[in-house]
Order: sequence, then C-alpha cells, then structure tokens
Amino acid sequence: MAKAQGASLDRKKLMGDPIMVTTIVLLITFLTLFILYPLAILLVDSFVGDGTFGLSVFKRIFQMPDFTRAITNTLKVGFVVGILSTAIGLLFAYVEVYVKMNKGVGGLFKLVSMLPVVSPPFVLSLSMIMLFGKSGLITRFLLGIYDNNVYGYWGIVIVQTLTFFPVCYMMMKGLLKNIDPSLEEASRDMGATRWKVFRDVTLPLLLPGLGNAFLVTFIESIADFANPMLIGGSYDTLATTIYLQITGAYDKAGAAAMAVVLLLITLAMFAVQKYYLEKKTAATLTGKASRARMMIEDKSVKIPLTIFCTISAIFVIMMYICVPIGALFPTWGYKFTPLTFKWFEQVFTKYRGLEAFRDSFVLSLIAAPITALLSMIISYLVVKRKFKAKGFIEAVSMLAMAVPGTVLGVGYIRGFSGGIFHTGFLQGLYGTGAILVIVFIVRSLPTGTRSGISALRQIDKSIEESAYDMGANSLKVFTTVTLPLIKDSFLSGLVTAFVRSITAISAIILLVTPSYLLITVQINEFAEKGAFSIACAFATILIIITYGSVLLMNFIIKHFGTSRKVKEVEQE
Amino acid sequence: MSGKSAKEPKGVRLDHISKIYKNPKTGKDFYAVHDVVLDIEPGSFVTLLGPSGCGKTTTLRMIAGFESPDEGEIYLGGEPINELTPNKRDTAMVFQSYALFPHYNVFDNVAYGLKLRKVPANEIKERVTNILKLVELSDMEQRMTNQLSGGQQQRVALARALVVEPGVLLFDEPLSNLDAKLRVQMRTEIRRIQQALGITAIYVTHDQSEAMAISDNIILMKSGVIAQMGSPTEIYYHPNSEFVADFIGECNFLPCTVNGREGADVLCRVYGHPVKVRSDTDKMGEAEIVLRPEAIEIADEGQLPCKVELSCFMGSYQNYHVRVGDTLVKIADNCPIGKKVFNVGDDAYISFRSECSHLLET
Repeated sequence: MAKAQGASLDRKKLMGDPIMVTTIVLLITFLTLFILYPLAILLVDSFVGDGTFGLSVFKRIFQMPDFTRAITNTLKVGFVVGILSTAIGLLFAYVEVYVKMNKGVGGLFKLVSMLPVVSPPFVLSLSMIMLFGKSGLITRFLLGIYDNNVYGYWGIVIVQTLTFFPVCYMMMKGLLKNIDPSLEEASRDMGATRWKVFRDVTLPLLLPGLGNAFLVTFIESIADFANPMLIGGSYDTLATTIYLQITGAYDKAGAAAMAVVLLLITLAMFAVQKYYLEKKTAATLTGKASRARMMIEDKSVKIPLTIFCTISAIFVIMMYICVPIGALFPTWGYKFTPLTFKWFEQVFTKYRGLEAFRDSFVLSLIAAPITALLSMIISYLVVKRKFKAKGFIEAVSMLAMAVPGTVLGVGYIRGFSGGIFHTGFLQGLYGTGAILVIVFIVRSLPTGTRSGISALRQIDKSIEESAYDMGANSLKVFTTVTLPLIKDSFLSGLVTAFVRSITAISAIILLVTPSYLLITVQINEFAEKGAFSIACAFATILIIITYGSVLLMNFIIKHFGTSRKVKEVEQE
Repeated sequence: MSGKSAKEPKGVRLDHISKIYKNPKTGKDFYAVHDVVLDIEPGSFVTLLGPSGCGKTTTLRMIAGFESPDEGEIYLGGEPINELTPNKRDTAMVFQSYALFPHYNVFDNVAYGLKLRKVPANEIKERVTNILKLVELSDMEQRMTNQLSGGQQQRVALARALVVEPGVLLFDEPLSNLDAKLRVQMRTEIRRIQQALGITAIYVTHDQSEAMAISDNIILMKSGVIAQMGSPTEIYYHPNSEFVADFIGECNFLPCTVNGREGADVLCRVYGHPVKVRSDTDKMGEAEIVLRPEAIEIADEGQLPCKVELSCFMGSYQNYHVRVGDTLVKIADNCPIGKKVFNVGDDAYISFRSECSHLLET
C-alpha cells in the first residue's frame, strides 16, 4: 500500500493555491523568527555565554544565593496563589451557579470578573500600597498602624490572588454549568446531605478542572513581573531577578540562563496543563445540563456564602476604585480635601503624558488588528485545512502562551540587539517601534488563536467545503464565509489584543528605548519612586481607555455582529 | 481545465480508484476504498449505497476533490481531474448538514456560486428566481436560512448546487436529517428535478429504500469495494451475495440441492421437497435459494411444509415467521384482509413462483 499518490496530489492541490502557500510560508517565517528564534538564542547564550560551550553559566547562576532564593520564592508564591485563587474562584462560581442570589450580588460578581481584564497589571499593587502601606489609608488613618509593611511575600500573594482569582472563577463557572443537575439530584434523592453531594459528586467531577485552574494560575503567577516588581520589595521572584540581572548587573549570559530556567518551569507546567488536565476536564464533563438546576434557597447555606462573597467582591472593587480616587486627592496620605484635578493636569503638562498615551495608543492600535487577523488565519488553517506544517504552526502559537514576558524580553534583547545570531542582520529592527509592535502581537497571539479555534470548531466543516466546492478559492472562502462567521470572535480578539498591548509591561520594559514613552512603563516608574498620585492619574486614564474600548466592542458586537440576525430569530 | 459553466451533463469515470487511511487505533494503513472501477453515464442517477464505513462517502469526496485518490485516476467528462482542487472541478455538492451560509439569506446563498463566476447581476437575479421556483421556494428569497424548516433548507441547498449548472451533481446523504415522511417527499422531488434538468447525479445513502426509489443504477459497496452494481430491480431480485441480498430489504436463504434443469429454471430439493428456482447456473449440488418475504405465499397447501412460530398483524401485511426444516423463513403476506390467518403452532405450506426466486451458489 502506498499513499504516495494521494499525498503528492494533496501537495499539488496546495501548490496550485498560491495565496495559501504564501500565507503559510509567511506565517512560519514570522513564528520562527519572533517566537522560536528568541528562545533558541537564549539557549545558545546560556551554553556558550562565557566563551566556551558548557554548563559554566548555569553553574555560575546556581551559585548565586539571590537566584536560588528567587526560585524558591517564585515557586512558593505560585503554589500559594494557585491554591488561594482556585479556592476563592470555586466559591464564587459555586455561589453563582448553585445559590439563589439577588441580582445586585450577581452584578458585583460580573464587575469583579471584568475588572482585571481591563486594568493594567499593577493596579492592585498600587492600591494595596496606598491602602495598607506605611502611609496607607486604612492602616494608618483608620487603624492607626504606622509601621505596616505590605512589601514582600504576603503583599505579592494577596495582590496576585486578587488579580488571578477572577480567571479561576470564570473557568469554574463554565465547568459547574456543564454538570448535569440530575447527577446531584440522584445523590440527594438517595439521602445525601448537601455537603455530601458536594463532596462525593460535584467535587470529584470538578477535580481535573480544579487542577487545571490551579496550574493556569500558577503559570500566571510565576510569569508575573509587574506585581513583584512593585510590591515585592526585597522579596525577589525569578521575573524580577532576571530583569535586575540584565538592567542592573548587565550580565546578559546570566540573565539568559535564568530565563531558560524560568521557561523550563513554565513549559513543564504548561505541558501538564495542556496535554493532561485539559483533556481530563473535557472527559469528565461532557454532558450539557439537561435542564435548569434547582437553586439552593436554604438560608443556612445562602446567607453565609453570599455575605462572604459579597464582602470579598466589594473589597476587590474598592481596591480598584482606590486608584482613580487616589488621583483626585491633593496629597495621598496627608491631605484629602479639596479633591483636585492637578495630578491629571500634571500628567499632561509636566510628565509628557500626551506623548506617552499617543505612543502606547498608536503602537497598540497597530498591533491589535494584525494580531486579530493573524490569529483568525492561524485558527482557520489549524481547524479547517490539512497540510504538513500545520502541527508546527499550532504548536508554536500555543508555545507562546507558556513563555513569560520577561523571558521573551530577554530573548529579544539577545536575539535582535546585535542582529540575527549577533551577525548584524536585521539589527535595524532593535529599538524601533516595530519590534514593540511585534512583541505586542506575539504576547496576544495565543489568546486570540485559542478563541478563534474554539469559535471555528463550532462551525460545521461542510459550510466552508461547500463554498470551496462552489468555486471559491482559499482567500474567497476565508473572506466571504469563515471571517463573517467568526466576526464576533475577531472583534473580541481585536479588543483583547488592544487591551493586552496597551497594558503590557513585562517584555516591553526590557525593550523600550527612550524614543518611546509607554504609559505602563511610566506608571511603573512613578510608582517605584513613590509618586503614587501621578501614577494613579496615569493608571486612571489608562483604565478609562481600556474600559471604553471594551464597551465599544460590546456595542459593536451587539449591533453589527454576525450572530445578530441569527440570535434575533432564535429569540422569536 | 474544465470550465464551470457546462450545460451538458458529464459522465464520470473512476479508473481503479483507491484511498488508504490510517486506522487511528492500530496505526495500520487500510483501504477505505479499494480498486473501484466505475463508469457513470451522462445524465444518469447513480447511488452509492452501503453500510457506514463502506467507502461511499470517501468515493464521493474524491470525485468532489476534497480527498485525493492514492491509486487510480478520476475522469470528469473525459478529462482527468485528479490534480484539480474542488473549486476548479465542475461539480456541485449537496451536503448532509445542508451547509448553508448562515450569514446570507436564501437569495444570497443560491447566488453565491454565480457571483464567484462573475455572472452579471441581472442574469443572477433571473437564474436564482428560476431555480427557486423549481424547488418551490419562490416567496422565501429574503428569509435567513435559520428561519426555514429542515425540508426548506434542503431545497435551498439543492437550488444552490443546481443554479451553477454543474457537470455532475453530488449528494452526500442529503435527506438523513429529515423526518421519515419528508424524506420520502424530498427524494421524489430530487428525482423529478434531476430528470427535468437531465443532469448527472451521484447520490450517497445508507438507506436502501431511498436508493431503490431514486436511482437508475445502484452501486452497493462493502469495506471499500463494490459488492454489486446494477439497476434497482437487478440488485433486488438478483443479488450476487448474501450481503447484497440481506442489505437490500429483508431476505430468506433456504439451503437446497440443485439436481436438474427445466427451461429457465433449475430443479432443486429443499429438505427433500422439490421446488423450481429461476437461474442460469449449470452447476449441480449445494446452493441457497434467495427469497423475498413478500414473494412467499402461505396456505393450507403448497410446496414446502412449515410450522408457524410468529404471526403478527402489521396493517398492510401479516407478518409470519415459519420454520421450514431447520430454517427460519420470514413472510410478509400482503393485504391480509379476507385471507386465512394462521396462528402460532399451526402447520401450513409455503410456495413461491420461480421467477420471484434467485439462486446463490455456495
């Protein structure tokens, strides 16, 4: 049996489609150059960085007590944050799906789940310091504690938990909704108490999903740069250590080797999460809920859970509100009245705010549509077409998800500052806006691709086949059928990419040059210097921009989205 | 390269076509379609029939161009088309799931292929209007596809394929998502339109009654190879194997010994009793008689004695299971009203006319 003829015919058919071939070649070039190559150069650097090939660089960094401590710190924080976020996320999700709440509480939950999405990453650290720090509003003025230290381990843990638990909450909510209520009813019917139902039925079904949420948070936590940077104090994590190694100690080979270590940790976690837990989650929870669940109205369950979640939600919201309010006080910690706009004025008059917003805005605005389109093209190729390099394209775009921003940043410095493989080729790219745009794209590509893939999987394959069969070429199929059908996913990918880009910091802070002023970098600088009011003013404007664009997207999807006509009919 | 605007129906020839797949469980290659040789006349309606996994859909998809054959060459209207992509082939397919474009209304769905061919707008309007009239959807042009019933969606899919006037029309189990009544109505409709337009049609189904009702020729497939091809009557009354006989309707197999000839019939003995069977075989000895349930009569007198084991009123017929020797025989006694009804445990006789029977050599 020889499959040669079929394979060669498939190849000929593909080659007869120049648009497809060009797209695939360009994609592979892009992914190789901007994802694989920077990671490869880190490996090269860490093995030959000290002049000879070998493990000398690794030996050197593992002898640095700061570095080994950073590894322990990172893992410890990641573990605790993973557990806490998963637990709180589960509690919130359980209350939302199982307990009859009034509408107001539901609204609070929604707000809590959306806030981290539209906020720059370090907002919570900022408000943590402002509320609970040495001159914190709560610690000093309400409680009279003058020496509270928020910097360090607990600061990071609290801030990261508050930042990441909404992600767990959303994941858990999706899973809980997929549990068929009749399973639990069957157990209850046989005499189990509510607690026993939860322990013996709900929890075992959720277990792989919980593991999944834990690992996702773990990865986010160890990859996080902004929060440890701001609130970590002397408690260094891997991300901040790498940053200091390259910006402070100028030890590029050492930083590269450290980045490799961090990358290996996240890759291992990612592999477990992606190839083991994700599949298990899907396997245990396949059934759609057959009908609506009887909500728990029992007061002994309802009241304590609702109160706990409401208080937590209000606490989180207060943390976020603290930032815009902080920007309105004349002097944080000393003088609260009269409220003033002077910090906002200073942003623009004294601190080149307009330039910063313009640069961030323009670069993100360029990156967003490219990212959205690229991720839709990748999803289309991965889901709907078959060709040899497909596995490569899918793997590399997913790999980018596991790469922490700091690692990517170091990779870009090492990979492009001296040109490709330090040969000077493409050296012109380094330090330009183009490389910042590329970093934005690479950082948002996995999220966009993932949402594109799941949107496309919903679409019957024969719809595109029928367009192809009617005489449309690949480009026509993509533009007249595929793209219109996943317009919603495209639009939300567009906004997500924009929001992620304009709030990005971890990779960018390593690559930005004085010719570009980026808002996030500015906020970080002011917060580091202790100029909280001005940092808050910057952050407030940024939140307004991102929240505005999310609102705009929802408006557009509601009124111009693909599914509008479809949905209208369904509601009739 | 074949143009996409041919008005003449085209013939399709499969020249020793094979497709190899890998079994995902064992990792071994196997023939999904093996050495299929087929010549489809222009303007005829041919059905690829068979159980799931027999290779019928793969064959159809190779004709459409979605799959590439590992062996052999496919000809459309005399031209080899192996290297052509689906969009360059003069075929149009009607999918099982209808595959309508949900973001277009009925008119735009049907007009899609014409727009791709850069047909002028006024001609598009005219052709779409005409074809929608043919499928009886004239007043539905502006509807979105999800406002249509399953049967209507199927008509739109048919119209969309017909409007481009393809050299050959391909159907991939187009009626399997419809309810039983609608299925019968739609298949008559498809046949009517195909005959009115004189178009070549290749139709894939696993439903033997659908295949019988609609086709000029049936190609029955099993495990990737053609088990038998011929007209519906040929296949029904002259199956060449137990598989074919059994797949096309219900069937009884009676063991017999052939021991002579009389005109068009051979003389056989079944459990010692003499019967005549239509056959041109000249082989004597052991064989099997193929008998359709409705070809058998049950009465107080006849050719073969039997004992009734089941007797059940089905409305249009009385269903019997009787034992002849060691063999269970199913009988559908049509229009039972006024006839004698046998009960379980009764002794009776069965008989059949020789031209309703068929001999399978064993």
